[in-house]
This record gives sequence, structure tokens and C-alpha cells, in this order.
Amino acid sequence: MKQFLIFVQKEFYHIFRDRKSLLIIILMPIVQIILFGFALTNEIKDSDIAVLDESKDVATAEIIHRLDASRYFNVARYLHSQVDIEAAFKTGKIRLVVIFQNKFRENLLHTNHAQIQLLADATDPNTATTVTNYATSIIRDYQNDLTTNTPLPYQIEPQVRMLYNPQLKGAYTFVPGVMAMILIIISAMMTSVSIVREKEINTMEVLLVSPLKPLLFILSKAIPYMFLSLVNVSTILIVSVTLLEVPINGNLLLLMGEALLFITTAVSLGLMISNVTSSQQTAQMISLLGLMLPTLLLGGFMFPIESMPKPLQVMSNIVPSKWFFIIVKDVMIKGLGFKMIWKETLILFGMTLFFLAISFSKFKTRLA
Amino acid sequence: MREAVITANKLTKKFGDFIATNEVSFEVDKGEIFGFLGANGAGKTTAMRMLCGLSMPSSGSATVAGFDVYKQTEKIKQNIGYMSQKFSLYEDLTVSENIRFYAGIYGMARQAIKEKTAQLLNQLNLTPEANTLVKALPLGWKQKLAFSVAIFHEPKIVFLDEPTGGVDPITRREFWNLIYRAAERGITIFVTTHYMDEAEYCNRVSIMVDGKIEALDTPRNLKKTFNATSMDEVFLQLARGAKRSDD
Repeated sequence: MKQFLIFVQKEFYHIFRDRKSLLIIILMPIVQIILFGFALTNEIKDSDIAVLDESKDVATAEIIHRLDASRYFNVARYLHSQVDIEAAFKTGKIRLVVIFQNKFRENLLHTNHAQIQLLADATDPNTATTVTNYATSIIRDYQNDLTTNTPLPYQIEPQVRMLYNPQLKGAYTFVPGVMAMILIIISAMMTSVSIVREKEINTMEVLLVSPLKPLLFILSKAIPYMFLSLVNVSTILIVSVTLLEVPINGNLLLLMGEALLFITTAVSLGLMISNVTSSQQTAQMISLLGLMLPTLLLGGFMFPIESMPKPLQVMSNIVPSKWFFIIVKDVMIKGLGFKMIWKETLILFGMTLFFLAISFSKFKTRLA
Repeated sequence: MREAVITANKLTKKFGDFIATNEVSFEVDKGEIFGFLGANGAGKTTAMRMLCGLSMPSSGSATVAGFDVYKQTEKIKQNIGYMSQKFSLYEDLTVSENIRFYAGIYGMARQAIKEKTAQLLNQLNLTPEANTLVKALPLGWKQKLAFSVAIFHEPKIVFLDEPTGGVDPITRREFWNLIYRAAERGITIFVTTHYMDEAEYCNRVSIMVDGKIEALDTPRNLKKTFNATSMDEVFLQLARGAKRSDD
């Protein structure tokens, strides 16, 4: 026990004396969460659109006005003929062109049928879909307003409510996602780098000759960094609640407990990395690329896993961040209890045991 | 009375086809300063690592402090000190923090550490530097400190792997004074080096060439046998036939 305490104390000396790294470790989560929360939102606001109005009547004027007045669109150009459409898209600024046919209002009143054409720049398919959806719903609103006076014989009106995230804020998915990413990178990287450093500066040799037990060595390396990671969890949560206004709907204690489990997973990954590398740079690169990419691509918070090809969906199951992401979303946003996330918890727990077993069996007590 | 604390019998280490250490046999007595000489790549470090439990022998047998190098490495570790080739203190820790850390790893009691640290710092004239980060010390001081840390827990044997690399002759002389003082306290010194003037300071030296021990005796007898005036000449006569150079 005394050996352990002395070792942990030494680790904290290393951490606190390396001011630059400490600052990065403390500030990185804050910067990332703010970056993801504010800059990278799913919402597409103030898209520039162009209008080709061949009818120029009260109805088209009203629709154009509504589009322009919404926070999604900004009517940037009025086109005069079909030829202009291509030119408008070529500027690269116009996301959508709205085309009204000749005699729009007349058709609407007399035949009860009028057409609006929406042309979207689909070089970015997600944006195109979102933008046309916004436009469609504004037009439908207008139509509904028209029919309130003269009800149609049949009318199905969907009543939509967005549960758990009524304002459709992007931060609700980014907070759990960024939390998973930061924790796995920082915990794994710090642990692996601190062990590999002992190899690099040759103190590892002296420690191996000493009576220090491998288990004690590994624990003393893991615990300080687990503690730092818990500090990171707290800062992420504080920033989310205060700045991004993402609530913690579930049990805070449960959330912290699950975070601790995930940190342990990350630390055991770091131990595994330190077994196979002998330079700090390599350890850093493996932690960054080997853990960040799978987390970003297959973690589920950037790209929906359901729409991936089957092999990738299967592969995503071995990414620990995926399970932690689900857990945080369930506990933090939906406010669910342990009963609903025990399966994910068990998977993470199993993964951690697996990684730990590998690192222990591979830990070299001899040099050659 | 002679009392062997290290015995090696046909100790061999192979890395694939390469035989780093080839059937070396020797004994080291208690309180002796035993020099382990050889050119770079001769197999000194490999032999030493096997004795410290850092490397598993391929064949042969050896005991250190009475314990078997195959099965009782944990027992061996409690009885030895080790100072590696490359200097091995924590640069971002202070002098006294380094001492406290290593002493703590060997399970020494807090009060004992405190008292002995004060004594050691006084002896090394390092008392004013107790709270200086090790990276700010000159190399010679670091090495003296590293040696003192290696014997801080009073081991039976201390293994020194080329401890004086890169320091000036005066510092080396001071370093050897520390070694003598430790030997007087009964600590057995096992030291590898390729400085031949240092070989003269040893009680007995062995000279390794291409993985084998080619000569083992007191410096005086070796010079007589090889009809040489210095250890340097002895070494040159033996090492001339060497096939390996650097590792």
C-alpha cells in the first residue's frame, strides 16, 4: 500500500510539473464541447435561395414572403427565366431555387391544384434534403391557412412532438458524443504515454529490477489518470448544462458511475497500447488515430449507424464509444434508469475485462 | 573467509542464432568489487541482465545472493540494487523526491528514509540542492546520486552497468570513491565498464570477448600473465581477435 501511494504521488508530480500538458488536458474538453456544441450544429439557417416567379400574383408573393421571413431562408435573387437557374447554382451560394408556374393563383382557385417546383443543390445531399424539407413545410403551412376557412372533406393532420429534445438542438447528441471521444482519447493517451515514457527514459529497467509488483505498477499508472478523466467529465457536464443548456435528466450518480466504467475501458486500452510500443510518439499516434477515428466514424454520433452497410454495422459493435454514447444519451437526455442500460453497461464491462486481461498477460517483467 | 554471493555456471543467452553470452562461469565473493570488462557488444550487459532477473537465460545456471535466477527472481530483486547505463532518475522530480520514490518502492519506512536522506545529501554535499529538480544538476552529480539511490536500501549486491559513461576523469575518481565506501560497508559491487583505468580499481576483473570470458583474475596477476604494464595492454591483446564490434 505504501509503495502504491508513493508511486501515485510520483505520477501526480509528473502531471502537475508538466504545465503545458496539464493545461491541454483540462482545456481540451471545454474547447471541444463548445466547438461541437455551437459551431457544428445540424440546423441549416439562413440559406440563400433564388425565386423564379412566372406568375407574380398575391399567392406567390405571400409564399415568397413567408420563405424569406423564416429563419431558414434568405431570398437572395429573383430570376427572370429558366436560363438563369443554372447560372444561379453556379455561383455556389444558392442552395435552393423555388419556381412558380404561370397562373399559379388562378390554378389554385379554379382547379384546386397548383405546382411549385423546388430545385436543390444536391452536391451535399444531407443539406439538400433538409433544405427542401424546410421549404415544403413552410408551403404546407400556407396551404393549411388557406383551407381553414373552407375545410376539405378529408383531412389528416399529423401532430408532431419532438420528445426529449423539443427544440431539436444538435448539442443533445454532440454532448454525449464529444464526451465519449474526449474520455477515450485523453484517458488512453495519458496512460499509454506515461508508461512508455518510463521505457524511454530508462527508469522502466530500474523499476523492473526493483521488487515492485507489475499489478501495483499498472494500478499506480492507471489511477491518477482515471482521476483526471473524472475531472474532465465534470467540466464537460458543467459546460453542457450552463452554456449549451443541455439538461441532465437522469441520475447524476449513475451517469458518473457509467463514466468511470468507460474511463476504465479507455485506461485499459491505454495499457494495451503501452505494451506494444516503446516510443511516446507512437503511443500518441496510436491513441489518437486508432481510437479517435473509430469513435468518430462508428460511434454513432456523427453518422447514424443504422444507415451504414451491414459489415460496418457489425464492426461498430466492437467500438466501446458506441455503447457509452448510447448510455449517456439514455441517462442524460432521456433520463432513463439503470434497468434500461444494463445491457450496454455489461458489454462495456466485458470489454474492459478483456483489455485488462490482455495487458496483464502481455506485461513484460523481463526485457528479453 | 570467502563467501560467494554470485555464482554463474555455463550461463548462456541466445537471441535466435546469435549467442550473446556463451557458457560463462564465474563466482563473485561478498564485499568484492568485481569488474566485468569487454568491448561494446561483447555480451556484458546481457550477462548482467540475466543475473538481475531482467533477462531469462537460455541455458546454464546462476544464483544471486543465494537465489536461483530462473525461479527466484522476486527474492533476488529484494537483495540487489541496479544502476543502468543510461542515467535513470526522474528529471522532473527533485533530488529528495527521487530518493523518497525509489526508497519507497523498496518498502523502506518513512522515518528511515527521512533520516538517511539527510545523511546522504550531507555526504554528497547536495544538501542545498535537495529541492532542485534533477534535470538542473550536472551529469556527474546525477550519476553519483543515481548510484547512491541504487544502494540506498542497503542491498547485498549492486549491479552497475557502465556507470561512468560520459563524465570527466575527476568525477569518475569521485564516483569510484563512493564505490569503495559502499564496498567497505560489505556491499558487493558488480560493475561493467570499458574504461581500462577503472579496471585497475577492481579487486578482480573478468574480460569478455565475443560472448566468452577470456580471462579472470586480479588486475596485478593479469598484467603478469600477459606480460603487460597496464590493463589497457592486457585488454588489447585479448580483444584483438574479437569479431564483433558494436551492438
